[in-house]
Amino acid sequence: MSTRLSTGGRLTDTSKQIEFRFNGKRLKGYAGDTLASALLANDQMLIGRSFKYHRPRGVVASGAEEPNGLVNMNEGAFFEPNQRVTTTELYDGLAATSQNHWPSLEFDVGAINTHLSRFLPAGFYYKMFMYPRSFWKHVYEPFIRQSAGLGKAPKDKDGSTYEHFYAFYDVVIIGGGVAGLQAAKTAAASGARVLVMEQTAHWGGRAVVDGGTIAGQATEAFVEKTVADLAAMENVTLKTRMMGAGVYDHGYLLGYERVSEHAPEMAGPRHRLWRIRAAQIITATGAIERPLSFAGNDIPGVLLASAVRDYVVNWGVSIGDRTVVVTNNDDAYRTAIALKNAGLSVPVIIDARMNGGGELATTARSMGIRVENGKAIARVNGGKRVTGVEICLQSGEGAVIEKIDCDAVAMSGGWSPVVHLYSHCGGKLTWDDAQAMFRPDLSKAPTNQDGVGFVMPAGAANGEMGLADVLADATARAKDVVKALGRKAPSTRVPEAAAEAQNALEPVWMMPQGAGIKLRMKAWLDYQNDVKVSDVQLAAREGYESVEHTKRYTTLGMATDQGKLSNINGLATLANSLNADIPSVGTTTFRPPYTPISMGAIAGSARDEIFQPIRKTPIQGWHDANGAFYEPVGHWRRPYCFPRSGETKAQAVEREILQTRKSVGMLDASTLGKIIVKGPDAGKFLDMLYTNMMSTLKVGKCRYGLMCTENGFLTDDGVVARIDEDTFLCHTTTGGADRIHAHMEEWLQTEWWDWKVYTANVTEQYAQVAVVGPNARKVLEKLGGMDVSKDAIGFMDWADGKLGDFDARVYRISFSGELSYEIAVPAGQGRAFWDALMAAGAEFDVMPYGTEALHVMRAEKGFIMIGDETDGTVIPQDLGLNWAISKKKEDYIGKRAQERSFMVSPDRWKLVGLETLDGSVLPDGAYALGEGVNANGQRNMIGRVTSTYYSPTLGRGIAMGLVHNGPDRMGEVIAFPKVDGTIIKAKIVEQVFYDKEGAKQNV
Amino acid sequence: MSNTVTALNGAKSQGYVSVSEAPLTGMITLRGDFADKAFVKAVKDVCGAAIPQTRRVEAGKDVNVLWMSPDELLIVCAYDQVNAMCDALRAALGKVHSMVVNVSDARAVFDIEGDAMREVVAKLAPVDLVAIEVGDLRRTRMSQVAAAFWMRSETQVRVVCFRSVAEYMFKLLSNSAQRGFEVGDW
Repeated sequence: MSTRLSTGGRLTDTSKQIEFRFNGKRLKGYAGDTLASALLANDQMLIGRSFKYHRPRGVVASGAEEPNGLVNMNEGAFFEPNQRVTTTELYDGLAATSQNHWPSLEFDVGAINTHLSRFLPAGFYYKMFMYPRSFWKHVYEPFIRQSAGLGKAPKDKDGSTYEHFYAFYDVVIIGGGVAGLQAAKTAAASGARVLVMEQTAHWGGRAVVDGGTIAGQATEAFVEKTVADLAAMENVTLKTRMMGAGVYDHGYLLGYERVSEHAPEMAGPRHRLWRIRAAQIITATGAIERPLSFAGNDIPGVLLASAVRDYVVNWGVSIGDRTVVVTNNDDAYRTAIALKNAGLSVPVIIDARMNGGGELATTARSMGIRVENGKAIARVNGGKRVTGVEICLQSGEGAVIEKIDCDAVAMSGGWSPVVHLYSHCGGKLTWDDAQAMFRPDLSKAPTNQDGVGFVMPAGAANGEMGLADVLADATARAKDVVKALGRKAPSTRVPEAAAEAQNALEPVWMMPQGAGIKLRMKAWLDYQNDVKVSDVQLAAREGYESVEHTKRYTTLGMATDQGKLSNINGLATLANSLNADIPSVGTTTFRPPYTPISMGAIAGSARDEIFQPIRKTPIQGWHDANGAFYEPVGHWRRPYCFPRSGETKAQAVEREILQTRKSVGMLDASTLGKIIVKGPDAGKFLDMLYTNMMSTLKVGKCRYGLMCTENGFLTDDGVVARIDEDTFLCHTTTGGADRIHAHMEEWLQTEWWDWKVYTANVTEQYAQVAVVGPNARKVLEKLGGMDVSKDAIGFMDWADGKLGDFDARVYRISFSGELSYEIAVPAGQGRAFWDALMAAGAEFDVMPYGTEALHVMRAEKGFIMIGDETDGTVIPQDLGLNWAISKKKEDYIGKRAQERSFMVSPDRWKLVGLETLDGSVLPDGAYALGEGVNANGQRNMIGRVTSTYYSPTLGRGIAMGLVHNGPDRMGEVIAFPKVDGTIIKAKIVEQVFYDKEGAKQNV
Repeated sequence: MSNTVTALNGAKSQGYVSVSEAPLTGMITLRGDFADKAFVKAVKDVCGAAIPQTRRVEAGKDVNVLWMSPDELLIVCAYDQVNAMCDALRAALGKVHSMVVNVSDARAVFDIEGDAMREVVAKLAPVDLVAIEVGDLRRTRMSQVAAAFWMRSETQVRVVCFRSVAEYMFKLLSNSAQRGFEVGDW
C-alpha cells in the first residue's frame, strides 16, 4: 500500500495539516502536498477509470505529463472536470471526485469493455459506425453520448474570476529548473528585460531531487542562490505557478498563471493569462521520462521511476514497501537508491541491457540491491493494484523465469526532451540515436518576422541530460539569445557540476522484445485513450503509414495529455511495425496549449457586464427609465418599442405609429452615422462614392444618396448635407458608420491619395432626435429660438441655430412620410434636449417610438432599408432607384460592375409592393412559387419577400418583395407558401402604400 | 453650459488605483500636412506648441497637442474654449488644406491615478507599459473598444474612448483595478 513516510518530504510541512475530500471521503494531507501525493499518502492508489475499457488507473507520473490522475474538482460554481492531481496543489476544503465510472470507482460496470477489447480494436469507431446508416441516430449516437468524455461538463456559471495581462520582454525563459535559472542569470547579465516562468510552485525542477553538486554545493543551494540573485535584479521578473502555454508567431507567447487556484480564500483572479511579446524565448522545459511497454504496465502501482523518486523525496510518500525497478538506462537506479535510503525495499532492479548500468548500478549493488541484467517484465500481476511481477529475458518471448511479489513497479524507458514549446511555431527536431530521443535541430529553429530564430531550447529540453552538460548548454544558449538581441554576451562562467558517470541507454520499445499478442494486448502506450501496442501494430497492418493518420485512427496521443508519455513509444512501435527507422516516421504535430488551460483564462474579464461593449446613446438613460424594449443593432441597443403596462409589443408599435401619424412622435436617431468630409476635392470624392451627384448640392441643402461596392451592390444609403463649400456631412445607416468611414479612408489612402479630402467620424459628437408628425413644427416652436417654418427651412433643407437653450442643427428630412425634423445637438446636451422636447410635446401627447415603428412607417412609404431590401446581391436598379443614379457622371464606385451583362439582365428580380388578398401579413423571407423545377429538381421560384409588416395606418398587411419582371406585372396575383403548407396569395402593386404624392412631408 | 453633461456624470471608483471620469473636456480633431510650414505655424500660433513627435504629447499654452496619426492631431483644451479655439485654428489655417472638428462631446475621458496605474492599463491594452514614458501617447484598444491614452505623470494616465462605450470603459477599468487583483511584478 502507498503511505506517508515518517521522514517527511522536501516540500511538505508536516506541522500544517490540511483536510480534503475524495469521493466524499475525508482525508488528510500536509501543506505542500499535491493532490496526487496526498491521495497516495492515504493509500488511494485507484484514482480513475480509463476512457475506453474503464480499466482501473492510478497515478503514473508526478507532474504535467500525468495521463491518468484526472478528477472532477469541487462543486457547483467552482466545479471543473479533468483536473490533473499531480499539478493541483492541496488546500483546505478541496473536494475531488473520480471520473469515468458507473456506479462507483471501485465497481464499474463499464469495465466489461476490457473483456471485449478484442472487439474494440484500433479504428473501431470507423469500422463500426459505417452501417447501417439508421443506427447512427438511434443506436450509436445515444450510446456514445453516454460514454463519451472523461469528466462532466460544468452545469453552473463559473464562480471564479480571471483576467488578462499584456507584457513585453526581451527574453522569456520557460522553465525554472537549473537550466532555466542558469540561462536567466546569463541573459539578465546583459541588461535585457527577462521573465522567468516556472509551472510549479518551486524552483529547481528535477535536479534538486536527482542530486549531484554544482560549484561544490548541493544542487538545492545553487538554486536558492541563483533565485535570490535574480530576484535582486531590476530587469528580471520571476514567476512561479506560471506555465508557458503556447508559442505563436512574432514572439507571441501565452503564460498561464495560476494566481489563487491553490488558495481559493485569496483575493484576486483564479488565473491570469499573460499575453506576452518576447523578442527571444528560451525553452528550458526539461524532459519527460518514458514508460516501458510491458503487459500490465497500466495497473495502479506501476509508475515512472522518476515519479516514484519524486514522491519519496519531495512529499515523503512511498508507493509501496517493495518496489521493483525496471529500466533500460542508468537514471532509474537513482530511484532504487532513493527508496533504499528511505528505508524501503527494492527486491530487484530489472535492467533490460545485457551490460547493465554504470556507477549508479555499482552503488545500488553495494547497497545490497539485487540487479538483473538482460531481463524484462513479462507481465505485472494485480488488478486494482500491483501484487507482483513475472520476470523473463528481454531478448525472449516472455517465458517466465521467476515471480516476485511487490507493491509497486518503477519503470524507465529513457527520457524525451520537452520540445513542445520549441515546436509550436515550427521548430524542427532531429533523432538522437545514442540517447534514443528527438531533440531540437538548432539549425531549424522557429523563425520570427525577420527570419531569425526566436525560440532557443536549453538544457534537457535541448537533449543535454547530464548536470554539467545542462549547465553548459544553458549558458551557451542564453549567450546565443543575447547575441540575437544585438547585445553583448556577458562573460558568465559555467559552474562546475558533478554527477555519476552513466552507461548508454538501450532503446526498448517492447518488453520482452518478442512479446506475443496476448502480452502486447495488455501493454499500454496511451493510458488515457487506451491505446495498446497491438492497436498501433494493427493500424500498420491495415496500411497506416503516416504517423498523423495512425494517431487519428488509433486515437494515440489524442487525449487531454496530448500523448506526453505515449508519443515516442507509439511512433517507435509504428516504425518497428513498418520496418522503418524512427526519424523517417517522424512525430505528430505539437500544438498549444502545452497542457489544457481554463476556458475562464481565455475569456479573461470578458463576462457579465463587460462581456461585450454595449454602446449607449446620450438619451439611453431615459429609455431605460421608461420601459424600452431593446433590440441589438450592431453593438448598440436601440429601443424596439416602448410598451406601456398591459400592452404587448405589437400593441405598443401600433400605438406609436398611429400617434406619430396623427400628432407627433419622437425617435432617438443618435446612432445614425455622421461623417464629415472636407476639402477642395470633397465634392469630387462624394461623386465617386455615391451613385448620384453630390457636388452640385447647394450649401444648406440635403440630398439622399446611395453607396455601392465596387461590385455594384448597394451597401449603404443616407442623407448628405452640404455644410459649406468644402464641407459635407454624410449620414450613414447605424450599422454602416464605422464601415463606411473605413471605406472612405481606404479609397483616400490607397487610390486617391493625392485628392485633398479629410474625413472625420463624428457619429458620437451629436445626439440626434427625429421629431415626426403633423404637430412636429408646433413642438419645436414651443422651445423657441430659430425659425423652423416652411419658408425658413423647407423640405430637404438644413439650418444651424438655437432651439431653446440648445445648439441645434436642424434637418428637414423624413423617413416616415410625415412632417419631420431631425435635430442634432452636442451629445452632452442630448438628454436635456430630449427632456425639453418631451415637455414641449406633452400637449400633443408626444410619444417616443422605436425602431419597429420606424420600419413600418418607412415601409408604408415604400422606402428601402439596407439589410432588408439589400443583402449584398442587390443593385440599386433592382430597387427601382434609377432616379438616384447619375447618368451624367463619368464614373462612380460600382458603375462599371452595374454594366455587366447579368446586372442589366431583364430577368433580375425587381422591387414591387405586395398586397395580400386576405389582408394578412406575409411571412418574412417567403418565396413566391413559379412553374416547374430547376436543374436540381427544386421548385422554381419567382420572387421573395424583403419587408413585411402589419400596417396600422392601413389596417392590413403590407410587404415589399423582389419579383421576376415585377414592375411589368402590376395587378398580377402570385402565391407564397407558408411553413404550415398553406399558401398566401398576394397582388403585385406599387410599393408606396401611403401618401404617394409626398404631400404630408412637404408642409 | 448647464445643460451639458459628461457621459457618466463624473463617475468614480477606488480600487488599488482610482478611476474617475474627467470633467467636460474640450477636444478638437485637427488634420493636415505636418510637413506644411503654414500648418505648423498655425498650430504654433494658436496652441503655442510644436507638432508633437510620433506618439507624443506636446504641451502648449493651456492646451495639449496630441499626436494621433501621421496627419491627425488631437487638441485638448478647456471645454468652454473649444469654439473659440476652433475658430482661431480655422482663421489661422485660412486656405491651408486641413480639417478642424470639435469632438469634445464624442468622447469620454477617464483619469487613472495611483502607483500601479501602469499594470491596470496593461491588463486591457496590448502596449508595453513598462517602456512607456511620461508624455507618451498610444492609440490602441482596451479590451474590445478603441481607446487612446497618454501618460500625464508617473502615477497618472488619461484614457479617452468613444462616449457610447463610456460605461463599458469605466467598468472595465474599475474591474481591473479592484483590490486583490494587483499583479505587483513591475
